Amino acid sequence: MARYILQRLGYMVLTLFLIATFSFFLMKMLPGSPLSAEQKVSEAQREIILDKYGLNDPVPVQYVRYIGNLMQGDLGVSFQLKNQPVTDILLSRIPISAQLGLYALLIGTVLGMLLGLIAAIRNNSWVDYSANIISVIGISIPSFIFAGLMQYYVGVKLGLLPIAFWGTWQQAIMPTIALAIFPMAIGARFMRTEMIEVLGSDFIVTARAKGLNNTGILFKHGLRNALIPLVTVMGPMAVSLMTGTLVIEQIFSIPGIGEQFVQSVMRDDFSIIMGTTLFFAFFFVLIILIVDILYGIIDPRIRLAGGKD
Amino acid sequence: MNKEKLNKDLFVPAKKGDDKSEEIYRPSLSYWQDAWLRLRKNAGAIFGIITLILIGFLSLAGPHFNEYGLDDQDLGHSRLPPRIQGLEEISWLGLNGTKSEMFEGATVEEAEEKALARWTQKDFEYITFDVKDEGNGSKDSARVEGVFEIYQYKDMSDTYYWFGTDTLGRDLFTRVWIGTQISLLIALVAAAIDMLIGVAYGGISAYYGGRVDNIMQRIIEILIGIPNLVVVILMIMILDPGIMSIIIALTITGWTGMARIVRGQVLKLKNQEFVLASRTLGSSNSRILTKHLIPNTLGMIIINTMFTIPSAIFFEAFLSFIGLGLQSPDASLGTLINDGFKSLQINPHIMIFPAIVISLIMIGFNILADGLRDALDPKMRE
Repeated sequence: MARYILQRLGYMVLTLFLIATFSFFLMKMLPGSPLSAEQKVSEAQREIILDKYGLNDPVPVQYVRYIGNLMQGDLGVSFQLKNQPVTDILLSRIPISAQLGLYALLIGTVLGMLLGLIAAIRNNSWVDYSANIISVIGISIPSFIFAGLMQYYVGVKLGLLPIAFWGTWQQAIMPTIALAIFPMAIGARFMRTEMIEVLGSDFIVTARAKGLNNTGILFKHGLRNALIPLVTVMGPMAVSLMTGTLVIEQIFSIPGIGEQFVQSVMRDDFSIIMGTTLFFAFFFVLIILIVDILYGIIDPRIRLAGGKD
Repeated sequence: MNKEKLNKDLFVPAKKGDDKSEEIYRPSLSYWQDAWLRLRKNAGAIFGIITLILIGFLSLAGPHFNEYGLDDQDLGHSRLPPRIQGLEEISWLGLNGTKSEMFEGATVEEAEEKALARWTQKDFEYITFDVKDEGNGSKDSARVEGVFEIYQYKDMSDTYYWFGTDTLGRDLFTRVWIGTQISLLIALVAAAIDMLIGVAYGGISAYYGGRVDNIMQRIIEILIGIPNLVVVILMIMILDPGIMSIIIALTITGWTGMARIVRGQVLKLKNQEFVLASRTLGSSNSRILTKHLIPNTLGMIIINTMFTIPSAIFFEAFLSFIGLGLQSPDASLGTLINDGFKSLQINPHIMIFPAIVISLIMIGFNILADGLRDALDPKMRE
């Protein structure tokens, strides 16, 4: 187990290194430059700025310096935001995105599980069918459409909730719902399939034969066993949250990391783009690692050595 | 016990040839016939197929239903609400070519003045009001719903823009269906490329095994660690915006999922007897791969491709939404939604029609894919 985790950590570092390299060279190929929008910069000033940031050095030199700084946790400085270090910008924005993501994940999975549970108990009834329809719609319709429509109807037309920014709990409601719909749909679908399978298995029949009441069977025997493969949907959920934050934060003007990324893409602010890319990659790789390790702990039948399934 | 004397007649040997228990009553079905039977019973999947065929047809034929072109601008006709012949009487549909908005003011008159300033600046001839709240003189206490017959005002009683027009006065009906065409094209081509690369990579990796498999799997393991989203955005940034670059960006890491699935299937199949038999008869490696292994994996390949298509459509729309999509005048569903979102508060119709179409496409593909999975995957059978 320890050897496996070490091996996986090695891969993680390698992946991150490759992404850092990849994003660095892609940014060097970028047609625009953060200075291209500044008309007032004269040729001489331009030279001074380029010199100051070391952008006149040969690309390999810049690359080595970038990787060297990276090792020390220095992601460079932003070009647009008055020399702020990228690390500071990320650190100030990550908690907001994390908060939003966590709310959405919690609400989405809990509601989804409940929905799936009810659908499984009332299998093949109208409850089941409507739960199915809800989850198909939730998986299919892009979150930014939900967000846009909700902002228009709930925020503008009915004036029930604030339409933008972050801070009060009212402002958190709409973005959280928009982001929670996908985890909810996935969770409901997953829970229903698992629960139907578990409720049909022999140990449930035994429990019934012993004379346990329905709630006991459902929660002690059913739910527990159905929850085990929950880790399988963690990957898609994490991805959806990441994709979601980019657009949802943009729509609701939430000062999180996704909004920062989109803004930087618009302005060719490549040090922030590289830093955010690396952060997203780190988050993603970490989730994959956790999922794989949890698999092994929960279900020993899955051989951790992997590769030869 | 009372021993009964048994009649000898009871022990007549059964007639030979009368036994029908071994007979096959039902016609034998091939895998695909069986799958089709299952799919046909699935109401959701049939709904999906019909929706997709309908949208596919409209995306091809729709732009020819009226005389407006993709890029015909008429600034005098900008931001017109949707208006469809025959549906004008049904007011809740909102397809009667009127604009309606809530105005607030200290008094009813003040609110009505605001409506005037917004719409005609001249007179109230084509504006009707529905007073919701008389107000008590304090700020914004009076609420009035104004309805503006803009088509009559502009002297265009005979003009019909079915989905309305956008901010530049372009016909949205034409643009939505051309956008659908482009979105579907991008998704289908991207899914096809993903499929080709994935099947080839996964098939070769699993079939040859050993060191080849090891190296190929290490490469995939690294690629899978890279979030798709980030790669797609970075690629789009350096490529010229356009259909090709979106397809390239979508496929550059998109094939890994398919490669893994195909590899798993081929690994399972390649040690089975029928492959051994074929090998004993002298089949070459490529023949075994193309004639035995890939056809037996086809079900899984189709299922996975069907799930790739909606995710490609989503990604295209997503990229357009954050401003990295096609450039005007080209339109895709994503760029149309993005344009509409910018003026959503005043002209919701610009976003709503492309949003409905993309949602229907996504739902259609997803439930069709679910149905196909139930029909094609032997593990899913009850």
